[in-house]
Amino acid sequence: MSLAEGTRPRNFPDRLTGRGQRILRSWELLLFVIAVLIFIANTQASPYFLDPWNLSDATFNFTEKSMIAFAMALLIISGEIDLSVAGIIALASTAMGWALQFGVGTPGLVAIGLAVGLLCGAFNGVLVTRLGLPSIVVTIGTMSLFRGISYIVLGDQAFNGYPDSFAWLGRGYVFWVITFELTLFVVFALIYGVVLHKTNFGRHVYTIGNNPVAARFSGIRVERVKMILFLLTGLMSGIAAICLTGRLGSTRPSIAYAWELEVVTMVVLGGVSILGGAGSILGVVIAALVIGMVTFGLGLLNVPGIVMSIFIGALLIGVIALPRLVTKLRRR
Amino acid sequence: MIRDFIKSREAILVGALIALILLVEIRFSGFASPGNLASVFNDTSILIILALGQMLVILTRCIDLSLASNLALTGMVTAMINAAIPGLPVIALIALAIGLGTLMGMFNGILVWKLDIPPIVVTLGTLTIYRGLVFLISGGEWVNSHEMGEAYKALPRLDFLGLPVLSWIAIAVIAGFVILVNRSGLGRAFYAVGGNPHAAVYTGIDVGRTRFAAFTIAGGLAGLCGYLWVSRYAVAYVDVAGGFELDVVAACVIGGISIAGGLGTVTGAVLGALFLGAIKNALPVAGISPFWQLAISGAAIIIAVAFNAQSSRKQGRIILKSAEHPT
Repeated sequence: MSLAEGTRPRNFPDRLTGRGQRILRSWELLLFVIAVLIFIANTQASPYFLDPWNLSDATFNFTEKSMIAFAMALLIISGEIDLSVAGIIALASTAMGWALQFGVGTPGLVAIGLAVGLLCGAFNGVLVTRLGLPSIVVTIGTMSLFRGISYIVLGDQAFNGYPDSFAWLGRGYVFWVITFELTLFVVFALIYGVVLHKTNFGRHVYTIGNNPVAARFSGIRVERVKMILFLLTGLMSGIAAICLTGRLGSTRPSIAYAWELEVVTMVVLGGVSILGGAGSILGVVIAALVIGMVTFGLGLLNVPGIVMSIFIGALLIGVIALPRLVTKLRRR
Repeated sequence: MIRDFIKSREAILVGALIALILLVEIRFSGFASPGNLASVFNDTSILIILALGQMLVILTRCIDLSLASNLALTGMVTAMINAAIPGLPVIALIALAIGLGTLMGMFNGILVWKLDIPPIVVTLGTLTIYRGLVFLISGGEWVNSHEMGEAYKALPRLDFLGLPVLSWIAIAVIAGFVILVNRSGLGRAFYAVGGNPHAAVYTGIDVGRTRFAAFTIAGGLAGLCGYLWVSRYAVAYVDVAGGFELDVVAACVIGGISIAGGLGTVTGAVLGALFLGAIKNALPVAGISPFWQLAISGAAIIIAVAFNAQSSRKQGRIILKSAEHPT
């Protein structure tokens, strides 16, 4: 979308000893330092911050979003984007709430949530890979379409009355202060980390992002990989919908409103290049922690949510602008 | 040939628009009356102005998601100043709105131009920052109708030759764009930058500066719309025009402006906006719940982009293009 790819040096994350690798490493280090600084600032700012139960509550700020962010990271590395994830959450949550009216139990609700997520992902994937449409426009469209269907079904009403066993998926504790969602976060971080960094599939994702033509010539089924990534993003949105619906205990069509922006922010803040071809899961994990701690710390200081969004927006631009500014000044 | 093709695309849009209006007219007579059509145009004026600004940005292969937040912030600033200093003439407030909007557009543009940050990242950030600033300066309070001056609220509604001033402003912007895009060097530069940035550089066009200009103009128009929106609806609050940035992108996509840059016309953008506006106005007439609107505009975007891709078949060209410029 920006200046054509050819005019700018790119990062090659698979190069073992290159400038790209070092930049990437230092990016995660920079993020980590920021995370530590925010952590220290939080402990100084509020005496309630270091309480384990408070910290456990704080994880809800990022667990659901980061689950989607992992899949989104792969999608963005491959050169595509999915802005419809929040719409998928709304639609999946509405479908579960609708099924609830017919007395469907927790396993059925979970299955419906996952299925709707997959279906929505498949819909996006088919439009992008079969019809060759630009994913940013397609998913801006499906974002309105999916949430729009929720509005048609629900209007200004809400579904509630979810069973306790379903609510546990959003609020439950596995062990002491470790929530079920936090466990999912760790498990998915490991799975996506291995898939992206240790498997052929992950290599293919990088290759496609760096040069789709070369990828096709080297025998990678570009369309199939992209289709799988859209399915994964849909599935993760379905899982996030299950957790979020369980946690809130109700479904409104405005559920998870504007989350797509926060998820993309998380991914980009994590060092994934929006132009594709570079990024790591570790970066996304640290970015999730940074965003989670910023929102929680500011929350303890009674800063309203919309003001926090200024911080997140400034963080997004600042963290990307600073290294570029430094390089630019150094070159002179 | 390309000219014919673009013309036919717009012909199809006009056909779809007329079909939509007639369809509603058949079931509910009165919709196609000149008076009602004029009010549909008036309702869509702000969307038209913003879609034209967005068109310039998209032509240069960028995107501006911060337009609605820009609108909300300038709208709130003018409303608060109007409430605080009732004596200030409206024209000064309009100038202030355009100036402030232009500054916000320039901020986007400078980040894209000088720091080479992808536009979607920049405007995703400023989308939340500008919207957050509305909350900061207003403290979450509303500026209500009775706090605003009469002159402030009256201007967009003022009748001039049978049409409200709001419609006339939209017509003036459309006319200005026709000249800018078709008859000026800058206008052609937008197409050149989007069509092929490399070739644009070789012909002596500064790609970054052209993008900066596109963001600046779009920002200025969003500022103007900030005043228009708040004075027309006579209320300013944090969530003014929330999510409207997507309607603007939708209008451009429906109007056949290619998200890959370099392709699109003023007529297309205006028709795209009018198509969305006609749907919006037809829904309550046809007795369909307004909750259908979001899904319908979503479906319209998908159908429009699928249709555009089907008729332009750019797939092969894109592969060749990127093969020509290996990294």
